[in-house]
Amino acid sequence: MLFLRPLAMLLPALASALIAATALAADLPALVAGLTTGGFGDRETAIGAMAASGEQRAAPILEALAAGQLYVRKSDNLVLIGKPDGNQLALTEAISGKPAGSGSEAELDRVRVNNRLRGVIEAAVGSLTLMSPDAKVRREAAEALFKRRDASSLAALDAALAAEKDPRIKRAMSEARAASVLASDAPPPQKLDAIALVRERADRDSLGVLEATANSATDPEVKAAAGAGAGAVRQTLAAWEAAQNVWYGISLGSVLLLAAIGLAITFGTMGVINMAHGEMVMLGAYTTFVVQDIIRTSAPHLFDASLLIALPLAFVVAGGIGILIERGIIRFLYGRPLDTLLATWGLSLVLQQAVRSIFGSSNREVGAPSWMSGAFQVGQINVTYGRLWIVVFSLIVFAALILLLRKTPLGLYMRAVTQNRPMASAMGIRTPRVDALTFGLGSGIAGLAGVALSQIDNVSPNLGQGYIIDSFMVVVFGGVGNLFGTLIGALTLGVVNKFLEPYAGAVLGKILVLVFIILFIQRRPRGLFALKGRSVE
Amino acid sequence: MITRFLWQGMDRSLRIFILLVLAIGVALPLLNQLTPPGSAFHVPAWLMQLMGKYLCYALLALAVDLVWGFCGILSLGHGAFFALGGYCMGMYLMRQIGSRGVYGNPLLPDFMVFLNYKELPWFWYGFNHFWFAMIMVVVIPSLLALALGWFAFRSRVTGVYLSIITQAMTFALMLAFFRNDMGLGGNNGMTDFKEILGFSVQADGTRAVLYFASAVALALGLIVSAAVVGSRFGKALTAVRDAESRMRFLGYRVEGYKLFVFVLSAAMAGIAGALYVPQVGIINPSEFSPANSIEAVLWVAVGGRGTLIGPVIGAFIVNFGKTWLTGALPEVWLFALGALFIVVTLLLPKGVVGLWGQIKARSQAKKARAPA
Amino acid sequence: MKLGSMMRTGLVAAGLLAGAAGSAFAQGAPIKVGILHSLSGTMAISETTLKDVMLMLIEEQNKKGGVLGRKLEAVVVDPASNWPLFAEKARELLQKDKVAAVFGCWTSVSRKSVLPVFEELNGILFYPVQYEGEESSRNVFYTGAAPNQQAIPAVDYLMANEKVQRWVLAGTDYVYPRTTNKILEAYLKLKGVKQEDILINYTPFGHSDWQSIVANIKKFGSAGKKTAVVSTINGDANVPFYKELGNQGIKAKDIPVVAFSVGEEELAGIDTKPLLGHLAAWNYFQSVKNPANEAFIKTWQTFTKNPKRVTNDPMEAHVIGFNMWIEAVKKAGTTDPDAVIDAMIGIAVPNLTGGLSAMMPNHHITKPVLIGEIQGNGQFDVVSATPLVIGDEWSDYLPDSKDLISDWRKPMSCGNFNVVTGKCGGKGK
Repeated sequence: MLFLRPLAMLLPALASALIAATALAADLPALVAGLTTGGFGDRETAIGAMAASGEQRAAPILEALAAGQLYVRKSDNLVLIGKPDGNQLALTEAISGKPAGSGSEAELDRVRVNNRLRGVIEAAVGSLTLMSPDAKVRREAAEALFKRRDASSLAALDAALAAEKDPRIKRAMSEARAASVLASDAPPPQKLDAIALVRERADRDSLGVLEATANSATDPEVKAAAGAGAGAVRQTLAAWEAAQNVWYGISLGSVLLLAAIGLAITFGTMGVINMAHGEMVMLGAYTTFVVQDIIRTSAPHLFDASLLIALPLAFVVAGGIGILIERGIIRFLYGRPLDTLLATWGLSLVLQQAVRSIFGSSNREVGAPSWMSGAFQVGQINVTYGRLWIVVFSLIVFAALILLLRKTPLGLYMRAVTQNRPMASAMGIRTPRVDALTFGLGSGIAGLAGVALSQIDNVSPNLGQGYIIDSFMVVVFGGVGNLFGTLIGALTLGVVNKFLEPYAGAVLGKILVLVFIILFIQRRPRGLFALKGRSVE
Repeated sequence: MITRFLWQGMDRSLRIFILLVLAIGVALPLLNQLTPPGSAFHVPAWLMQLMGKYLCYALLALAVDLVWGFCGILSLGHGAFFALGGYCMGMYLMRQIGSRGVYGNPLLPDFMVFLNYKELPWFWYGFNHFWFAMIMVVVIPSLLALALGWFAFRSRVTGVYLSIITQAMTFALMLAFFRNDMGLGGNNGMTDFKEILGFSVQADGTRAVLYFASAVALALGLIVSAAVVGSRFGKALTAVRDAESRMRFLGYRVEGYKLFVFVLSAAMAGIAGALYVPQVGIINPSEFSPANSIEAVLWVAVGGRGTLIGPVIGAFIVNFGKTWLTGALPEVWLFALGALFIVVTLLLPKGVVGLWGQIKARSQAKKARAPA
Repeated sequence: MKLGSMMRTGLVAAGLLAGAAGSAFAQGAPIKVGILHSLSGTMAISETTLKDVMLMLIEEQNKKGGVLGRKLEAVVVDPASNWPLFAEKARELLQKDKVAAVFGCWTSVSRKSVLPVFEELNGILFYPVQYEGEESSRNVFYTGAAPNQQAIPAVDYLMANEKVQRWVLAGTDYVYPRTTNKILEAYLKLKGVKQEDILINYTPFGHSDWQSIVANIKKFGSAGKKTAVVSTINGDANVPFYKELGNQGIKAKDIPVVAFSVGEEELAGIDTKPLLGHLAAWNYFQSVKNPANEAFIKTWQTFTKNPKRVTNDPMEAHVIGFNMWIEAVKKAGTTDPDAVIDAMIGIAVPNLTGGLSAMMPNHHITKPVLIGEIQGNGQFDVVSATPLVIGDEWSDYLPDSKDLISDWRKPMSCGNFNVVTGKCGGKGK
């Protein structure tokens, strides 16, 4: 009978837990009411109770709470979930899930949460959704529990593991279980197994788990194993870091390339020192803002396409203004390159102030479409979609430009005019028209760059100024008049900068790059890929 | 015959102009000090200080014009020389504060106490002496110009390339001076000066003297520039501007000419900066910003490049416009400034002075035709 | 001195005139109020709004009949984010326009630039932005937060509520982040945080490529201890910083970022949904619910003719400063700077978060410290609020300033009184 005693002691506890669970499940409305009253502490208790209830209906309510979409209607104290729908909120009743029309924020009180509660909710939703029929949800639940590493989720994980069929999710669950074991007071052998499992993951999160175990473990064997595991993971990560720097460098380089490539045309082939180039980029960014603004108010479903719509418009706006500038100002200044610098500088002041007067001086919001948000992992390199698309986009623009210059009549005219203006004119090319189009093309490409840069930088009247000096450096470094030079120059400067940054810091890194360019120009006064022949003199 | 006539005319007008600068240099402080505040002739202190600032800008513009207008080197980095001169003066003034800083540290300036410096960095030594600081005002910008020019001119970096690397230089310096680890005050730079050579920088008398010193410096700058430009050396310089390759073929060592005038100009800019700092009361890395250097070039363009009077007049016109518009029409002053630059480059390639010359030439032509 | 006495006689005359004409309508020359905020250049982003707020406050005050029976008149100048120009414009306002008070400046360097001018010409400056402290001038009233009114309560909150053990102090390389981080470093060590658990990082102004730094933060955060970022990153650089945080998937519940320079205005340029839960510490949030704030927001949105226009902390600071100045002028019965400066101390006006803010003898004010979490709509949810905190100009956590106090009441009238030596004038001798 002795062996029965622990069981006997356990039974009432189990029974009461079961009773509590059923009672709570029946009492979802009361639990939800608990969520919406009292302070953050009371809410935490209520969330715990909902998680313990195992009630499937609790999960969407908790998710809405975490997202700040749970409301209490002021008029009748009804708890509602409100999803944004234009300026209104589309409401559903939290408990029954029935639609409840729409309402504005003013009629509702939002139930507030803080970071701590969001963490608690994530774990609660995780243990509630481990058995979800949707494989993606189960996987996310396992990931959430891994990060949370809470001993209290062990039971739910064990149950889910027993039922799970998908090997990948099973793996994720057993990792989450291992992390939870490490946070519990399980015996050392179990913990050692868990360490081995977590160590295999070899990413940042597992490093966190191992470090925490190494810090807090009392058993020397566990401590040593966790320490060794953390060391091994760190080594793997360090190897990935170099690759990561290359990627960051390419990403920075592509931004430089986008900013500089328009300048490579106006400055590189036409010899116009266009100080208003940055403002063309800014115009492109503001075009994106205007497009998104219109889409937000009149056609929200098109939002994901907003950048694609903005691209041609930005090209047309910036290019059109470029042509106006060429016809109105630049054409009187050919042969006086340094004078173009002065006039376009004045122009850049005017354009900045004009944008400031129209749109105000504060930053404007340009959102990221869903296909540009988020990130994915390549090994241990974190690649964000936004950056990836910018790299791709810059290469597409570059390739298109090369094709345009090499394969179209316009490109032929442009090259002819830059190489020998009088001869081109004598051959019947209307050089003024070609000049205007070339300048428009360069400006239009700057506008395209603006669409891309609006995704990573401020959309403000000062946007262009941040890029103008860098752009000139890239073009001069790469070799004026040579587009491939610009490509290589941009990527080189980007990668060099990113390799210097971890050692020298961001500021010193940039200074070193500038000094490097100054010295480089002394060695090769015409840049990396100099044009040969007399035409450059 | 005509050229000689024009040259003599120019010389005389320049002489008159230098006298005018000196006269204004004497008159304003006297009017400020001797007339009662209510009098119609009274010049308020703020106006005098403003004029002092313009005089420093004018000297900077003259320095830019010396290399650009007469030697064809468009420097977009003269703001750096100006700021370096200013920093040397600022360091002297900081050392003069002594224990009157907010922390009362007798040796370290406030910002160093603030950043936990235990002792004065080595490059601050000597700046407690006025003579040392004044030598540095000239030497440091000159050395930088010498180094940059020596490399650049020898490897025949010209035209736009030179403009861009001078711009890169001032940009790099700006970033460097923004760093607090430089030991030069970081973003805040140096401010809250107390006295210069034992005289309070806030006293009207000191201001009058500083103002007068700026006028004298400008006048000297004009005289030196005129001497350089008018000499055989100056002729060669102009020839380098107009046909560098031909000068090379003729056996001239072009880089030597360029280097000399570049260094001279940097020293002038440094002096302008040193006079500027005690008058405005602050020196900070934004003086290095490329925009400032471009603006200095624009003063020259507005006034008239390749003349000695032009840059001075240009600096006064643009800065007066800026002062007036930022107060009177704060929302539109950038439009006005931008438009001014566009209009001047398009319509007045020789600047305001050139315009005056054009008008005079036309009226003379008319006169010449009239009796016939 | 002559100038001052002239102004005084002028004012007395004007006061007499107003008295004679009766108080039914405002009489006499208007009182000029200077507004010294950049309307162009890099700081226009932040400062233009403050100029508009001042214009609105002056307009509202004039609707109430002005002050001392005289109308107020705004004198707006544009120092164009150019620091020497700030000094020049300050001088112009005080000497040429003879304004009674100036509301202005944003960056520390602009304040440092105009400080000698205000002290020389005995003007009054209201400075509305949170700053690094370590300064107290007789002629400046600091209505923004001192470090103890922002940074320290924020760190306390994270320690207590999110159990943070590892800290990244990320800032732009200038004096405010440097000082704040120094104070925080000393404070954290006092609380038992080890040196290896603190990472300090500085970036240049307008830094736009945050990939490496955000990756580094992630790396620092994977040491098994709860990690938080304390950001003193300056205005412009924040948008790319937050965009990168969002893209790299740093969620607030993993590594929260608490910022001291990010308010509703800055968030207006970002999609805040990925930033849900990141924090900011201020003395005011637009989302604070009380009648005074709601009325202010309504007036502001009507004034700017934009129903979506946001409000922020420095705007509230100007509201408090302006109301304090009005009260002080009423109390002194004149706009003479000496009288107003003396009258200012002890004046208490309602702030917009439902309390009273009072001007202390050190020319700093009392404010509550609010911690807010960023919401998806660009607003903040207040998750913690302290009672009123007195601004501490000389930090207790810095060795060189811990013995200093400031008290501008007579007879002390000193900005850097050393309590150890009992002398005015810093720590010397």
